Amino acid sequence: MADVNRGDRPLSPHLQVYRLPLTAVMSILHRITGTAMLVSIALVTWWLLAAASGDEATFKFADGFLSGYIGGFIMLCSLFGLCYHALNGVRHLLWDAGYGFELKSAAASNIVVLLGAVGLTALGWLAWIAI
Amino acid sequence: MVEFALPKNSRVVAGKTWPKPKDAAKGRVKAFKIYRWDPDTSDNPRVDTYFIDLDQCGPMVLDAIIYIKNEIDPTLTFRRSCREGICGSCAMNIDGVNGLACTTGIDEIRGAVRIYPLPHMPVVKDLVPDLTHFYAQHASVKPWLETKTPAPEKEWRQSAEDRKELDGHYECILCACCSTSCPSYWWNGDRYLGPAALLQAHRWLVDSRDEATGERLDDLEDPFRLYRCHTIMNCANACPKGLNPAKAIAEIKKMMVERKL
Repeated sequence: MADVNRGDRPLSPHLQVYRLPLTAVMSILHRITGTAMLVSIALVTWWLLAAASGDEATFKFADGFLSGYIGGFIMLCSLFGLCYHALNGVRHLLWDAGYGFELKSAAASNIVVLLGAVGLTALGWLAWIAI
Repeated sequence: MVEFALPKNSRVVAGKTWPKPKDAAKGRVKAFKIYRWDPDTSDNPRVDTYFIDLDQCGPMVLDAIIYIKNEIDPTLTFRRSCREGICGSCAMNIDGVNGLACTTGIDEIRGAVRIYPLPHMPVVKDLVPDLTHFYAQHASVKPWLETKTPAPEKEWRQSAEDRKELDGHYECILCACCSTSCPSYWWNGDRYLGPAALLQAHRWLVDSRDEATGERLDDLEDPFRLYRCHTIMNCANACPKGLNPAKAIAEIKKMMVERKL
């Protein structure tokens, strides 16, 4: 019979087998950075509130955490997330205007966004150290 | 719905390993790991391993699976017809990317050749997915000429420039490589039309002879049908005909904005 077992058909593998191209990886990274920055915003708000509270101990604790190893690492990641999300957002604007859809241009903008995000993050980091 | 893991009945288990060919020349044996599922049993899908003497077999992946069916395991099931990239029947996931078995060379793949059915689709048997919903979505964009003016005595005429607008659209063979490569289609394929149907929707939107542009855009103005495209670009990367559904979808989104201005 041609159609036995129609109701119990398996779903073919997807993420498990697909070799995602860089554009796809960068698309999901755009979402991840966008969502993860909520954490960054919460931390920065916490730091600002602590500063505004006028209580020195509270501010010292917040400031100490955010400039310590763990907090510093989170802030560095946030800086990368911000740079990446902004640059990739510009690319999305260009896409929405109809530009850059050829596979070659998409491959080129992949590199521009990634290198740009790393470069801006490094610049921001250096500026922070210099202060 | 986003569901990263496969349902219980779909998890792939280890399968059978078939014997290697005797007296094959050194370095001319290629392994093929192929997804198998038999609707007549209640077993989970499995991956069987076959070994082919490349000197006994044609150069394309389709040649290899036909060789397996003829010479090793006649129960292997797959669709194929034209063997020259124009029918779209042998679309499958080869080495992690969707493509046509007949236009993918075995020598393009390093190591074992892993072959699965088109991703995130109900499996009828082995490499044969159920495309009913995919075809219904294509039909839903009304892929035919819609006119209101009385039909001309002869044909509906079109200038050479207007005809050029259809390039990059009419070449689509509806193989479903693009739609089933799209993560948005994986998670929301029940309501998102997917790259193939939207490329065809755009083909009729830009046809100078069509007189239903407004209605067509109205039908697509929907958070799911059109706007689940997030420019992931898997479609354009996968298309075996070198078309660019991502660009066509962006053009539809532009038309949506422009008609409101």
